[in-house]
Amino acid sequence: MNFFTEVKEGLFIAWDAIRANKLRSILTTLGIVIGVVTVTLMGTAIDGLNRAFLRSVSMLGADVLYLSRTSWFIDSYEEWLKVRDRRDITLAQVRELEKQMTLARAIAPFVDARRPVKYKNRNSSSVVVIGTTEQFQFTSGSVVGQGRFLTAEEADGGRPVCVVGSEVATNLFQQGPALGNKIKVGQQVFEVVGVLEKQGNFLGHFNLDNQVIIPVKQFLGGIWHDPDFEVQVKVIDVKQLEDAKEELRGIMRKIRRVPPGKEDDFAINQQESFISTFNRVAGTIATVGLFITGLSLFVGGIGIMNIMFVSVAERTREIGVRKAIGAKRRTILIQFLIEAASICLLGGVLALAIAWPVTFLIGKFLPATLSLTVAGIALLVSILTGVISGFFPAWRAARMNPVDALRNE
Amino acid sequence: MSLIRLQNISRRYQMGAETIHALREVSLEIDRGEYVAIMGPSGSGKSTLMNLVGCLDTPSSGSYELNGVNTSEMDDNQLAGIRNREIGFVFQTFNLLPRANALRNVELPLIYAGLSNEERKTMALDALTQVGLADRIHHKPNELSGGQRQRVAVARALVTNPSIILADEPTGNLDSRTGEEIMALFETLSRKGNTLIVVTHEEEVARHARRILRIRDGLIASDEKTEKKSGVDAVLAVL
Ligand SMILES: Nc1ncnc2c1ncn2[C@@H]1O[C@H](COP(=O)(O)OP(=O)(O)OP(=O)(O)O)[C@@H](O)[C@H]1O
Ligand SMILES: [Mg+2]
Repeated sequence: MNFFTEVKEGLFIAWDAIRANKLRSILTTLGIVIGVVTVTLMGTAIDGLNRAFLRSVSMLGADVLYLSRTSWFIDSYEEWLKVRDRRDITLAQVRELEKQMTLARAIAPFVDARRPVKYKNRNSSSVVVIGTTEQFQFTSGSVVGQGRFLTAEEADGGRPVCVVGSEVATNLFQQGPALGNKIKVGQQVFEVVGVLEKQGNFLGHFNLDNQVIIPVKQFLGGIWHDPDFEVQVKVIDVKQLEDAKEELRGIMRKIRRVPPGKEDDFAINQQESFISTFNRVAGTIATVGLFITGLSLFVGGIGIMNIMFVSVAERTREIGVRKAIGAKRRTILIQFLIEAASICLLGGVLALAIAWPVTFLIGKFLPATLSLTVAGIALLVSILTGVISGFFPAWRAARMNPVDALRNE
Repeated sequence: MSLIRLQNISRRYQMGAETIHALREVSLEIDRGEYVAIMGPSGSGKSTLMNLVGCLDTPSSGSYELNGVNTSEMDDNQLAGIRNREIGFVFQTFNLLPRANALRNVELPLIYAGLSNEERKTMALDALTQVGLADRIHHKPNELSGGQRQRVAVARALVTNPSIILADEPTGNLDSRTGEEIMALFETLSRKGNTLIVVTHEEEVARHARRILRIRDGLIASDEKTEKKSGVDAVLAVL
């Protein structure tokens, strides 16, 4: 008998056995169903988390280089010691950079500090105040909902105006109009000329909803005299990102007078590195999460193993008869493996039927859908669970001595 | 050349410190077409001998040639193949698969032989017709009488056209009338040239055979040919 007929016959017998023990099969399957549901939902949630992250990140555009004194990611104490004495990036350096850079569409100096913000008797205790120029609108990709963004003149000069994030606007003005009102940032008073559209807050780093954007000169005057700047450089073409990075690097070395042969005393960050760090963290979360949910699948697998042992014991006679009329060990082994795998596959299908609507619920918080890949993996995992947990009982059945099996009452 | 050739076959069981000698140095030859009854008191070793002849069990010592092939050196899979092709078993308790209908029960050995669906159906139907159950092929065992079940079992034993049909107390669970029907069926099979070995307690049953082996304490006590029984045709008329 060839493998194909063995499998076909095995499926036939498995279906027959499952039907003959309906209640038992359902109860056994329950363990697998719970296991596969949790694993599937976990997988979906992790998938959603990844997507939410990428979506947040891409709001800023993948075409922006972030020049700063130090790298976003300092992995070790040694590295921190190496970078802590680097000179600040000054506004003058940024001005110089603006003049020389050819591959940039927009260049915005960026500095921030937390300050309380006040309007009449309303208070927002900790708002991120950003000092920047009109260019920030392009580098950050923020969208103005009402009013307008800062102008070049305002950024350069004295007029105390500001653009507020949507959260700040609701906190301070509630339902009332925001534009034209004067708010107090730290000790200074600013007129609101624009309100940004809501961005959502998935990762605090990029959240512009709880921020107030003021002209960089105002920032230097009222909040911090000589801060260390970050510079956001949006390139003209994302395909030239690497070239732009090299150009930026060369110019900054010149501006900051880094002698040839010495390493850069600044860092150029990209979202890529942020993404890779995120991936590392997400990987850990995924591993731990899947391990924990995998445990429930493991418990389900033990249930299958248990019931398969019962099934083998009950059908000892049948195994004896089959062997007496010519079934080989392999045939018996395959028969019981398929039976275990079928029960599990049934569980997997049931689990997907349950998990599918639940992912809609998750979809309210994360951009998660039950992907075909996850569904496929879930089915594969359930079959595998069946084969693995069914193996030992099936092996016992296959090894049975036919005489003893036939003698069994 | 003998179909079956046992030489100094012993089968021992170890029960703790005690060794049970189920068969002691049995030598035996059976030719193709013979109809042999094996008799003896309970525990004398009849079933043990049957299991060895049927390649369900392997001897502790001695050699067994079936069709000129030494089976002592065969592995599990080869023995399974021999059982499938060469042997047909009929058990006291029928041993049909309860959830399968008569046709499928009879098909089972052919499935293991790797035959196609059509071949299987034709052969199984033919075997069931031979035992007079052509009109019961879709019945499950629990929808058949004891005698009918045993006839399904006989059909399953002969469907592969084996060299030997082995029956261990085939009438043990049947009333005497139904038992006679089964024996008449065996008579027909024997006449068609099948080799039959039947274990039984009942002299009535044994009298159908052409040769009677009597076993006692794991040894062959006697081995005699019987005269052709005159009542055979009368029994056949019952069918
Ligand atoms: N698996 C076993 N383990 C231990 N002893 C066994 C085993 N199988 C058979 N025996 C012993 O071997 C001897 C012969 O047994 P066997 O089944 O061949 O007897 P039998 O002639 O078929 O008896 P019966 O007419 O009651 O069926 C008995 O003493 C029995 O107890
Ligand atoms: Mg016996």
